[in-house]
Amino acid sequence: MHELGITQSIVEIALRTAEGQQAEKVHSVTLEVGSLAGVVPDALQFCYEACSKETLLEGSLLIIDEVPARARCRDCAVEYPVTDLLSCCPGCNSVSSDLLCGEEMRIKEMEID
Amino acid sequence: MCIDCGCPTADHQHHHEHHDKADSGRKTISIEEDILAKNNRLAAVNRALFADRGIFTLNLVSSPGSGKTTLLEKTLVDLKNEIEFAVLEGDQQTANDADRIAATGVPVHQINTGAGCHLDAHMVGHGLEHFELDRLEMLMIENVGNLVCPASFDLGEDFKVSLLSVTEGEDKPLKYPQMFRASEIMLINKIDLLPYVRFDVAKCREYAERVHPGIKIFELSCYTGEGLDQWYGWLREKVAAKGKPLRSKG
Repeated sequence: MHELGITQSIVEIALRTAEGQQAEKVHSVTLEVGSLAGVVPDALQFCYEACSKETLLEGSLLIIDEVPARARCRDCAVEYPVTDLLSCCPGCNSVSSDLLCGEEMRIKEMEID
Repeated sequence: MCIDCGCPTADHQHHHEHHDKADSGRKTISIEEDILAKNNRLAAVNRALFADRGIFTLNLVSSPGSGKTTLLEKTLVDLKNEIEFAVLEGDQQTANDADRIAATGVPVHQINTGAGCHLDAHMVGHGLEHFELDRLEMLMIENVGNLVCPASFDLGEDFKVSLLSVTEGEDKPLKYPQMFRASEIMLINKIDLLPYVRFDVAKCREYAERVHPGIKIFELSCYTGEGLDQWYGWLREKVAAKGKPLRSKG
């Protein structure tokens, strides 16, 4: 359940930003989470509700944009979508690849009044 | 940069709902901050400290009961006369593991994470306050027994080392790919039990290689000592490469 610690970081960053903007209300916080980032979106939602209680973020919406993972084959340089860490290259079946994206965990933006 | 609203954006689907709500006084603030930025920043501080002091650091991860503490005990007893060690022990509760390490005579500090399922860079940074860093050549960090959560948290280590014992099943690398992908080293432990359990070493190696091409694998038994020489040889080489000269206390 490392989502709890991760959510605490989300809340910390969002509150710091809201205070810096002198926000009166926070409507939503948008994340970009890679499909291979190793976090469960439902668990983030669950933790967000708990962690945002009695803060400026209480009642705000947590929007999670999933970033699909993509890799580039080290053998034939083909780029392909990765569904899990065991995917092999559709061009040459090589398992040797570099992940281009899909492991990110970023706070993208927030909507405030 | 998004040409629609000027906010920085990645190249995937972008939401523009906020334009419709402009009248209500709502505004969208771009943040673009890595959620783990704080941990990564602190890990970078730890890593710089380790580089500066020439301290080779490993982050040991595994399921509970794979033999992390026994491997440490054995390694420390066998190498403490040639390498100056310290150990950070991570567990949710108790100082049992730290007591076992302390019995080897090597400096140890126990970190209890309470409900936490992993160590983070902040805990490690403060854990270092308990050691004499000028003398230290190698830091072993025993993470909380958990093959999921510690994968996401950089501690500033040189390498993550995943332990897998032969009583666990050879498909662990497939079931927990994040961890084996994050680990440069995999140790297959308790190989003295191979005659008694159904564990296919070749398959385990193949699975690990699929998840992490090029992963370095050692097979060993802390009970019989088989395979430990290769492990020790690798540690000696890495400690020497990190900068502090190897000493001999005889």
